[in-house]
This record gives sequence, C-alpha cells and structure tokens, in this order.
Amino acid sequence: MDIPTPSAPADDVAGRAWSPREGERRRRPRGMDMLRFATAGSVDDGKSTLIGRLLFDSKSIFADQLDAVEAASARMGDDYVNLALLTDGLRAEREQGITIDVAYRYFATPRRKFIIADTPGHIQYTRNMVTGASTADLAIVLVDARKGLVEQSRRHAFIATLLRVPHLVLAVNKMDLVDYSQEVFEAIHEEFVDFAAKLDLPDLTVVPISALHGDNIVTRSVNTPWYDGPSLLHHLENVHVSSDRNLIDARFPVQYVIRPQSANVHDYRGYAGTIASGVFKPGDEIIVLPSGFSSRIASIETMDGPVAEAFPPMAVTIRLTDELDISRGDMICRPNNAPMVTQDIEAMVCWMSDKPLAPGQKLALKHTTKSVRAMVKQLRYTLDINTLHRHEATPSLGLNEIGRIVLRTTSPLFADPYRRNRHTGGFVLIDETTNVTVAAGMILDN
Amino acid sequence: MSAPTSHPPTEVSELSSSQQEYRLSELSTLEAESIHVFREVAAELERPVLLFSGGKDSIVMLRLAEKAFWPARIPFPVLHVDTGHNFGEVLEFRDRRVAELGVQLIVGSVPEAIAAGTVHELPDGTRNRIQTPVLLETLDKHAFTAAFGGARRDEDKARAKERVFSFRDEFGQWDPKNQRPELWSIYNGRIHLGESIRVFPLSNWTELDIWQYVQREGIDLPSIYFAHERVVFERGGMLFADHEFCRPREGEELFTARVRYRTVGDASLTAAVRSDADTVEKIIAEVAATRITERGATRGDDKFSEAAMEDRKREGYF
Repeated sequence: MDIPTPSAPADDVAGRAWSPREGERRRRPRGMDMLRFATAGSVDDGKSTLIGRLLFDSKSIFADQLDAVEAASARMGDDYVNLALLTDGLRAEREQGITIDVAYRYFATPRRKFIIADTPGHIQYTRNMVTGASTADLAIVLVDARKGLVEQSRRHAFIATLLRVPHLVLAVNKMDLVDYSQEVFEAIHEEFVDFAAKLDLPDLTVVPISALHGDNIVTRSVNTPWYDGPSLLHHLENVHVSSDRNLIDARFPVQYVIRPQSANVHDYRGYAGTIASGVFKPGDEIIVLPSGFSSRIASIETMDGPVAEAFPPMAVTIRLTDELDISRGDMICRPNNAPMVTQDIEAMVCWMSDKPLAPGQKLALKHTTKSVRAMVKQLRYTLDINTLHRHEATPSLGLNEIGRIVLRTTSPLFADPYRRNRHTGGFVLIDETTNVTVAAGMILDN
Repeated sequence: MSAPTSHPPTEVSELSSSQQEYRLSELSTLEAESIHVFREVAAELERPVLLFSGGKDSIVMLRLAEKAFWPARIPFPVLHVDTGHNFGEVLEFRDRRVAELGVQLIVGSVPEAIAAGTVHELPDGTRNRIQTPVLLETLDKHAFTAAFGGARRDEDKARAKERVFSFRDEFGQWDPKNQRPELWSIYNGRIHLGESIRVFPLSNWTELDIWQYVQREGIDLPSIYFAHERVVFERGGMLFADHEFCRPREGEELFTARVRYRTVGDASLTAAVRSDADTVEKIIAEVAATRITERGATRGDDKFSEAAMEDRKREGYF
C-alpha cells in the first residue's frame, strides 16, 4: 500500500530544504532544544492523520509500527495506509475508533525534539485538552477547509488561550478537497482573526495543509503557490520559545530540604527545587516566604558542580549564607519582587469530576510545592466555552465546565496571576475523600 | 567488563552557553524534569522504592536519583525482581552499583516464589508474566507506597497514555480509563492505605535520549549492551543466546554471531540484534538509523497480542 506524498515538493522558498534522509534522521546537535505542542481534534478533522504524517515524514515511525498499521489498514479495506491508526493506543480506542485520553508522542528533526500532547477534541474531553495544553508551548487547532470554523475550533482556540499557550497555529486541513483554493483559505483565516479578537491570543500562524497528501507539512507545496508562509514543520522547528518563559520574577518554591546524614558533609543544608521563573545568582539578596526572613544566596549547586546562574526549568540546590528555618512549601524570591501572599484566591477552573463543584465545598489544593485545604466561597459564573457567554447565578460547575470561583485557603499561597506566570499561577484541586484530581485552576489578578 | 565511555560529564555551564538566552538543552531539560519528579516523590510519599532491572533505563534512573539528592544518599532502597533468568553480567553490575551508592538492595525472587508455590512456572518456561505477582508481593511485604519504574512513553502505545504518577489500586492494577489528570508539573501522590503510585521519571525520554545521556554523563553499562561474539540461535526472526534457560529446540541451529542487546530483561525472552556497535558513539549512530522499535526487535513478551503491554500493565506490571 502507498503512503501518499506530495507529487513534487516545491523548492524551499524560505531557504530551507530539510528532508528526512536516512542516517540524518533524529541525529541532533548537542544543545538542541525541545518544543511541546498540543493538538486537539476528532477523527474527522484529520488530527490523527496529521500526527501520523509528522511522525512519518520525520521518520519517527519504525518499520514494525508501520507493518502493524499497514496490516490493520488492509484488514479495514482502506485505500491508503491509515496513519491515524498509529496513534490509537488503548484497546477500547481501537475497538471504538475513538481517542479517550491524552497520549504523548515523540519525534525529532535535526533542529528540535518535539513532544506532542495528543488530545481528543469533543466537548466531553475538555479536561483532557486542558491537561494537554497546560504544558504546551504551542497549540495546533485543526479546521476542515470544507467546513470552515466550527464550534469545536473556537473551543480549542479558547482553551489554548485560557491555558496561556504562547503560540497558536490554525492548520486549515483538507485543502486538497477544496482544490487548494486561496479564497477558501483566506475566508477561514479572516473569520478566525475576527473570532480571536475576543481572545487574548499571543501569536497566531495560519497554514493551509493536507495532512493526507503532505502539502505544506514538511516543505511548501506546489499546490498552494499563493501561500508564502512557512510549512508547518518549518514553523514548529523555528518558532521562538525561549523568550516565552518568565525570566523577570525570581521564584523558587522549596521542594525538598537536603540534609545529608553522613559525617563528611554533616553541616550541609541545601534547599532543592526547580526554578519556577526568573534568574538566581550566588550573592543575590533573597527573602523567604512566608517568614519574610532575608538572606543571601551562598551558592547554587548540582552534582555536576556549582552553577553561576539558575533559570527555569533547572533543578538545583540553593544554599544560603544564613541558617534559617525553611521547609518544603516555602518560597525563595527577591526582596523587591514578591508574589501575592494570599488566602483569598480568584481563579478560573476547569472542573474534571462527575460530581459537580458547588460553593461551600472543601477540597485539597496543590500549588507549586505547597499543599493546603481550600473552601469554595463563591461560584461567580460559568462560561459557555463555545460562545464565551457568562452564565451568572449558576448553582454548580459540572464535568468539563469552566467557571470563575473564589477560594479561601487554610494558609497563604505565594502566587502570581497565571497570565504572568504559568508555574506560580496554576494549581490543582483534589477531592479529599477519593484523592482524585478534580480541577485545574488558573489564578487571576486579585 | 563494561565498555568504557571516555566522555566526562558535561559542565552545567554548557547550558547557558548562550548566556543571554538562558536556554536549557533538550537533555538538560529532561534531566531537570526527572529530578523534579524524584524530589516530589521523596517529599510526599512515605515509602518509595526504585525498581532496578540492570537495564540501561533503570541505570539512567539511578543516576538521576543520585543527582536529585546529592550530596545526600538516595533516600530510598532499590528493588530488583529476579526472574532467575539473568545475564550474569547484569547481576554483577547491579551489585557493584548498589555498593557504590550505598543504597539498600531488596530482591524479590521468582524462583523462591515458585518453590514456595505462590506462582507457577508457565508451560513455555518464560517468567515475564509471573514476575508481576512477585513484584506486587514484594512491594506489599515492605509496604512500599511508591515505586519508580524506568518505563518510557515512546516504548509502547499503552505507555503513551500513562501518567508520570500512575495510580494503582490495592491490587496494583492500572485502570487506563480512570487516570488522574496531570497538569503542569503538579503531581498528585495522595493515596489511601494499601494503594500505591508507580512513578515514571523517564516518561518523556526516548531511546535516543537515553543513549545520548549515557554518552554525556559517561555512564557505565553492563557489557551485553555492546557488540560481542555470542553463540545464538534464531527463533521467530529474533536471535536468542544459548542460555541455560533458553535452549534451542529441534531444528534451531546454534551459530556464533556478533550481537548486542538493546534491552535487558528475562534471558529467556530477550533477544539480541546483530551489531558491530561496541561503543556508545556507535550505538547512538545505530539507534538513530534503526528502523525497528527496541521492543519490536527484541522482546518476545510484547509479540503475543496487539494489546500485550496494556494487559500486563492492568495486572500490575510496571
């Protein structure tokens, strides 16, 4: 069976002619970086085909995986090798032809390593999309060129902006079925830009593609001569993500106190953790929350030696010049730039449990390395994520619904607005009886 | 003998070579995220244990654990489920590494469980399936509440959907349809008595990442990972070592070939691949060019059905 490829890939107008060649495949220079992206969509809009295409064209699909998919395609009587079958993981998904959960997939080109959070697109899987978007640098929203923007595309774009995914790609798929029409593409593009005006969209790229035939996936297609933007993969390889991190607000949630119980280092006391944001250097003046004590950074250490500058997402151990009583859940930051210290939290939450959220409810809350209890004081409104209409005076928030709530915690959180800091602005809520994670929360400006 | 890797660990300062950009390389990012996971478990779960097989993934995992708590010792023991079908080189390696790190080694023995009648030898003599009850029994006996496993999501379709913190009920079972949402780098390790968490710090690593990390860190591996001459026979398109637990059947000819192992598991199930790669550098080149997944190439245990891994995980396999 054949895997369709574009008949004659256009010469790379953008001056880039990467094509996956044997041997060059997945070999990467030292120091290459990583991009996490999320895709949301259903079987119909070609999401699985697109992922299969990216894996196939970057030669990240192995012969035995391809054999299995070819055999399955043949059994089902497909004309083409159904690349979508590569991404159906669980037995129930294969049997029912659906995607249930977030699946993580990996591929690499000589420039970057990619992690895909592949999530189902239907409204009953909103929580999975939220989960996939939480760690993504970029989100791909897929649209069927024949259908244009549908409710689902708007919803996906909204979730990506709610979770502050810094880059959005609108991939207008199935261009082959509209004769690669520029008019169709432009109309969808414009309609999306109109809609996106309501969102707080950081960065948008729109690409006309055919995942099935490979148009504008790896190289620019001869079928869309009117399109002068990058191919999808070119964009994924080059989009600038290191500036997306917050390097201004120094935040170090203390995760674990290292105190070796051995004779040679018995006076050692170090605070281990992951830099949430900002840059820390030896000599920096710091304060510790909640105590407010101040000190200086004596050294920043790792097993590989001391570090001159620590920045996200480095995992390090900070030692201070003074002996202070610091424990897990405390936060080290700079004296002139502290987070909110508050027990009253305004937040958008995505509810992930069958049992609805209602005011008065008590839950466990985990935020950075700190765990507290929280009470839901108020449900301000629920949001219709298709129309963005607010429904006030709703008594509860149901599964997969998004709403704005007010929480009161048993002890203060050291938090930043989520829009400024994804690491110190996000939290989860946990049902204290079942121990299940029931909500994702994004802290708002107080 | 383990093949020497001449590369000294890369200076961390390599990370900020482009000082202005504060860019962390892909391997350093993966390393930092794994260290975060180790610390989170040590801080939140009472009795963790690290599952160590002697394979490259668990060896890398041990290195990451060492880094997470340095200069203190790794604050949890190491557990090896011994099928009795081991490669001698691997056991030797295990004992040496455990002694170097000063961690406690706990062995869950499949042969002892067979002798005690708690599990029964399968007709085909393979022990992958029967190691699961031994693992669960050992975890239970020591009341471990969290077990680190070296599984990676790129290994298998079912694993692609598993969480970093994988909740297991009191029977050690995984329920793929009932997993806890996992957002940002916030992990939920809350459990009731009898329940546990399997933790996969290498979830986002690929086979190539592992090898590049082995190279960067100069990590020692058991010699069977490197090309060597071995007496083998062919079965089902795979090369098996002539081993006391895995003899050729009628019609299967013994011959000598230059081979190496891509995974190290039960000697009766793990096959070798033809290879000339006798250094980490050559293995990286080989892995980068290879066209078959490591499990597809070498693990008889995943060939039984399309959902073989999913089924074993449901039963409590790691």
